[in-house]
Amino acid sequence: MAKIVIDQEKITDPQALLELCPFDALEWDNDYLSINAACKMCKMCVKKGPAGVFTFIEDEVVIIDKSQWQGIVVYVDHMDGNIHPVTLELIGKAKELAAKVNYPVYCLFMGYNIADKAQELLQYGVDEVFVYDDEELKHFRIEPYAAVFEEFISKVKPSIALVGGTTVGRSLAPRMAARFRTGLTADCTVLDVAENTDLAQIRPAFGGNIMAHIVTPNTRPQFATVRYKVFSPAEKTSSPTGKVTVCTIPKASLVSQIRVLQVKPKEKVKSIEDAEVIVVAGGGIKSSKDMEMLQVLADKLGGMVATTRPLIEAGFADPRLQIGLSGRTVKPKLIITCGVSGAVQFVAGMDSSENIIAINTDENAPIFNVAHYGIIGDLYKIVPDLIERLSSNHE
Amino acid sequence: MNIIVCIKQVPGTSEVEVDQETGVLKREGIDSKMNPYDLFAIETAIKIKEENSAKVSVISMGPPQAAEIIREAYMMGVDEGALISDRVFGGADVLATSYTISQGVQKFGQYDLIICGKQTTDGDTAQVGPELAEFLKIPHIANVKKIVEVKEHSIIVDMDMPHAVQTVEVNYPCLITVEKDINQPRLPSFKRKMATKNQAIPIYSFNDFIDQNENNYGINGSPTRVIRIFSPEANNDREMWKDTPGVLVDRLVNKLKELKYV
Ligand SMILES: Cc1cc2nc3c(=O)[nH]c(=O)nc-3n(C[C@H](O)[C@H](O)[C@H](O)COP(=O)(O)OP(=O)(O)OC[C@H]3O[C@@H](n4cnc5c(N)ncnc54)[C@H](O)[C@@H]3O)c2cc1C
Ligand SMILES: Nc1ncnc2c1ncn2[C@@H]1O[C@H](COP(=O)(O)O)[C@@H](O)[C@H]1O
Repeated sequence: MAKIVIDQEKITDPQALLELCPFDALEWDNDYLSINAACKMCKMCVKKGPAGVFTFIEDEVVIIDKSQWQGIVVYVDHMDGNIHPVTLELIGKAKELAAKVNYPVYCLFMGYNIADKAQELLQYGVDEVFVYDDEELKHFRIEPYAAVFEEFISKVKPSIALVGGTTVGRSLAPRMAARFRTGLTADCTVLDVAENTDLAQIRPAFGGNIMAHIVTPNTRPQFATVRYKVFSPAEKTSSPTGKVTVCTIPKASLVSQIRVLQVKPKEKVKSIEDAEVIVVAGGGIKSSKDMEMLQVLADKLGGMVATTRPLIEAGFADPRLQIGLSGRTVKPKLIITCGVSGAVQFVAGMDSSENIIAINTDENAPIFNVAHYGIIGDLYKIVPDLIERLSSNHE
Repeated sequence: MNIIVCIKQVPGTSEVEVDQETGVLKREGIDSKMNPYDLFAIETAIKIKEENSAKVSVISMGPPQAAEIIREAYMMGVDEGALISDRVFGGADVLATSYTISQGVQKFGQYDLIICGKQTTDGDTAQVGPELAEFLKIPHIANVKKIVEVKEHSIIVDMDMPHAVQTVEVNYPCLITVEKDINQPRLPSFKRKMATKNQAIPIYSFNDFIDQNENNYGINGSPTRVIRIFSPEANNDREMWKDTPGVLVDRLVNKLKELKYV
């Protein structure tokens, strides 16, 4: 059993101890210091507190036999057989990880009338594509999809399962993690694998300006979701060697309490994920009408305008234009941020852009840590001037 | 009809940061508020209650001070509530959190519909809802953007997908997670505030649960471990430009030419 134990005898300055916890989980009353349910086990009290007051104790846990779990599976996200590009990005990452620990890479592909598409996946160097093709899987419904995933995991025993952070992936991955009572890390921005096959999962954490390295040390499979555009897609190989395995599952396992009544395609709007140039409006933008100025700049550069979260909350733009952890991930050739501070949650959604230009009045703004070109200045002076120069340039 | 809404207290404006020199996590401001996404979940439940007859309960897992948001929910029109709180639950990851809530939900007796927010602003995983549904062995629909019809034995909802809207009917008991913008959450009313001032907020602790194995809760029940926290690294081959606006614009135009955008 793991816990933080407090040696009440060694407490000299309780008020100072309360300050140690960033989450307010320490309580002092009746001469007794205790930890409440707000504790996030960041262990700051253990690390930074006076010697001996806080001790972290983790009892011996039964170590599972990790060698029973082999390989990396990528869940194939698709709609009517049209494979979502995040799948190829996950295959690319899976191959990189697999090479380090000598694992095979699998794809799990479920749906209806999809068998012919499976061959396509082999071109990306996948070792084996497991196909479950059944009319009951035509539309995404959680119980049948989860049943297939469960059946696959029980049969193949993959060590790592990578799932795209799409609507379907974000529904399916948590269900599977709970079913196997294992860990799931959402929206990883960096993935690596250790020699002992533990997946190193890195993502922004605790709602703050910090990153956390998370592992799932004692359960398998290790589930992670990753959003679109975080990794680079797998390259095609000239000589695919993998194979397609068609699997079946008893109809009785595919029952559902859900009936799909209608699927209405949405109007296609150009999304910021597809833009080559993006101009980002941040909190430095004072009013919604100033968005027009950035739109003009974006038009001049043949790009789109996107924003940070506070502007979405203020109603300055459509939520689909938000970049970041709770918005979209973008990877354009050029991104110009205007009045953006550069919080980790924002940066997580754009830091693999090819050229990052940041305009900010505050030279200590964290955005300058990721920018290739950091411009310390007032966007209200720079942007209008820039627009004018670009206009005269064209003439 | 019985509806349970899951709500969480999250840090207000405060943000946690790592002190570069000492490596200590710093907190700035310690005010808390209801997870904004959960307001939409509460509003969805109250709307259903107004149009059909239903009892709405809220449940939250958190430290004792999280009782504040249950009081807020009462003021919005929620009938009952309970707080799940115990130090045994500290350090819980998504799995342990969902499992603990699933134990708490069972204390409410029979239910038809559970409503969760889309995500929290601190955990931000959007996973607790689906994991909770799995532990309760009920179906779930995530990303619900519209309640189309509430029937006696089922509910019809619109689920938002990237390129389509899927209209589905799901039988009770089930769980849905609702999108922000599904409705406009009402403000707590003064009348309700007065009326519910003395309404109790029961607290469920470990001892109240059916599963009495401590290893399923808190950090023990959490398969994931945070092994390191750090500030994002700075990019070292960057250029910083500090100059008069005129010069800055010149340099910027030159750079855009070099990158072939002009
Ligand atoms: C769980 C979680 C998820 C989140 N997800 C996201 C997300 O997906 N996307 C997101 O963006 N945020 C997200 N956030 C919020 C994030 O932490 C920051 O609060 C947010 O990114 C800040 O936005 P900003 O930089 O636009 O605004 P601010 O932090 O207000 O920064 C404004 C900046 O503009 C500069 N400035 C002001 N005036 C001018 C001027 N005239 N000229 C030039 N510069 C100027 C200031 O120096 C400042 O640096 C999330 C937070 C949490 C806790
Ligand atoms: N501690 C909690 N207590 C009650 N409900 C919660 C808790 N954590 C998460 N939830 C619910 O699960 C949703 C998704 O949370 P998350 O997975 O943290 O993004 C929230 O909007 C809440 O409805």
